Amino acid sequence: MATEQPFFHIEDLHVEIEENEILRGVDLSVKRGEIHAIMGPNGSGKSTLAHTLMGHPSYEATAGQVLFDGEDILEREPNDRAKLGIFLAFQYPLAIPGVSTLNFLRTSLKAVKQKEISAREFRKHLLEKMDMLKIGREFAGRYLNDGFSGGEKKRMEILQMAVLEPKLAVLDEIDSGLDIDAIRAVGEGISSIMHPEMSIVIITHYPRILHFVKPDYVHIMVDGKIRQSGGFELAEELEAKGYDVLLDEVMVASSET
Amino acid sequence: MAVTEQDIQESKRVYKEKYGFADPDQAIYKAPKGLDPDRVIEISQMKNEPEWMLEFRLKSLEIFNKKPMPKWGADLSKIPFDDLSYFVRTTEKQGTTWEDVPEYIKDTFDKLGIPEAERKFLAGVSAQYESEVVYHSIQKDLEAKGVIFLSTEEGLEQHPELFRQYFGTVIPSADNKFAAMNGAFWSGGSFVYVPPGVQVTIPLQAYFRINAEQMGQFERTLIIVDEGAYVHYVEGCTAPVYSTDSFHSGVIEIIVKKNARCRYTTIQNWSTNVYNLVTQRSAVYAGGVMEWVDANLGSNITMKYPSVYLMEPGAKGDILSIAYAGDGQVLDAGGKAIHVAPNTSSKIISKSISQHGGRTSFRGLLKIYKGAEKSKSAMRCDALILDEASRSDTYPTIEIEEEQVSLGHEAVVSRIGEDQLFYLMSRGLGESEAAGMIVSGFIEPIVKELPMEYAVEMNRLIQLQMDKAVG
Repeated sequence: MATEQPFFHIEDLHVEIEENEILRGVDLSVKRGEIHAIMGPNGSGKSTLAHTLMGHPSYEATAGQVLFDGEDILEREPNDRAKLGIFLAFQYPLAIPGVSTLNFLRTSLKAVKQKEISAREFRKHLLEKMDMLKIGREFAGRYLNDGFSGGEKKRMEILQMAVLEPKLAVLDEIDSGLDIDAIRAVGEGISSIMHPEMSIVIITHYPRILHFVKPDYVHIMVDGKIRQSGGFELAEELEAKGYDVLLDEVMVASSET
Repeated sequence: MAVTEQDIQESKRVYKEKYGFADPDQAIYKAPKGLDPDRVIEISQMKNEPEWMLEFRLKSLEIFNKKPMPKWGADLSKIPFDDLSYFVRTTEKQGTTWEDVPEYIKDTFDKLGIPEAERKFLAGVSAQYESEVVYHSIQKDLEAKGVIFLSTEEGLEQHPELFRQYFGTVIPSADNKFAAMNGAFWSGGSFVYVPPGVQVTIPLQAYFRINAEQMGQFERTLIIVDEGAYVHYVEGCTAPVYSTDSFHSGVIEIIVKKNARCRYTTIQNWSTNVYNLVTQRSAVYAGGVMEWVDANLGSNITMKYPSVYLMEPGAKGDILSIAYAGDGQVLDAGGKAIHVAPNTSSKIISKSISQHGGRTSFRGLLKIYKGAEKSKSAMRCDALILDEASRSDTYPTIEIEEEQVSLGHEAVVSRIGEDQLFYLMSRGLGESEAAGMIVSGFIEPIVKELPMEYAVEMNRLIQLQMDKAVG
């Protein structure tokens, strides 16, 4: 675990969609090499946080800041954030018919790294990552996410993360809609990409994936705010008690503070 | 995606720089303006034509004058017929080497990359500047096999019988008002004949350039692909940007004989002050295959529906079209498939993109005559609309007189969604790069049918059109 100062720091973040406040003061600090899990029931604001961190135009930050390497990134375009080293794995990845995964990822890598990469060099890089993640090489030639199953789409998100080598990966419900074997494959893939210079924020409703990607910290988000933080044991507690029981305790505790 | 006036001006500036430059008008003869029978007689005389062609021209002019303007499609009421010059000659003789071509014209084609393309990947080139072909070449081995690739005037002069046998048979002047106009004023274009069994494996290309202001260009092309032969013919077109309108009205007739195959590819990139009204039609005989690949990116107004007439059993026709309409453009395109014989098949696939207030319309006709049983046809049009200011419409017509047929029709209109853009931007792509990627994916099924060089060119042109002001 890292000991340096947090390189990614969210402070009192308030976010609105169409004038409805969804996030009501989120605080989070992430150091290099850490894995944080943000858990919470549906509608708690988890995906809003993910979209806001990447800069989706429909989400408006009305207060607070998001510091990445000391710089507030809230005014930055999504592509600039990607260039800084931020990656979002989408809950619902979009299909881009007619654009091969290979072509897309090469364009993307060139944009993120801001340098030319030869077709040959890129091919080698991609195939290495595909082999590592046990993704069939035929996916390189298929149109991006076009006609892919839910599980295939999620694994392609992980492949993209592996190829783009971000400093911070935010994984939005990467486990949703997957059966247990697929969750294992995705989880193991994430673990194989993780390294001491990288950080992950994994957003999930269910604790299952956390057995494969073990978090250093677990945060429970309810109603647009992180209400409780702890270690991996918090996820285990949630698994044992379920949201209803745990949330009652959490809400009581947070109303007392 | 918000579009600013600046974006639109930028894409216009880029066109002007690359294609829209103009040479000073150095014509050696320019017909007085207007539609006068004297002009028709003059053109015929200047070309030393046989009597029958002069009669054909005058008859065509009569038909043109009688026929009303089409009441459907784009608004043609502003075509300045009386302000146009209908014949412009720039050189006395056509060149067979680029050295024979007047220097300024050669420079223009150099800038457009034609001689370079010729050296790299073409079997033959025809370059038309204003009303006439100024340069012509064909590889020696094809010539030795009996392949004819000439300007249409030379075709008439050198192969009078073959020419007369087919000319005007696929598209008679009475077909429509603009085919009649072409019949009266035609000048330039190509005459192609491929003898039985000869495969022309690399493309022949014709390039059309309008330079003069307020000019009418009337390309006339006749292609005959004899039994079992193959040819791929490509045409490209550009013009300078003027504040006044110019006019291009082509007629392209193609005869595909038994078991022959013809592919005709158009990459139309006129400046946005050109009216482009073209009639393209092919008659396809037993087991023959006709493929139209029609890409329309430029012009002010285009009305163009490549057609296949499937005349004998086993004939097949594919029409693939792409249209991109930007600011002020109306592109009314599509295709027609007419099944006359049994066991014939056709496919019409159209992809259109509208942006910056442009308007695309798909017009498709599928007709299966009584007796054309067991025929198959599929018509599909996809429209992609890039912003709120733009528009796309679909006008399919299906007329079936036979019961035992198989038919498919599908139309999909989509917009580039904020989420799709966000997804690509989250992977480092800028907004216009992201939109460009979505568009090139959208047209990929058609672009991949093009030879590699044209596929690259096609993608480049579309990106150019879409490019926003980035310094």
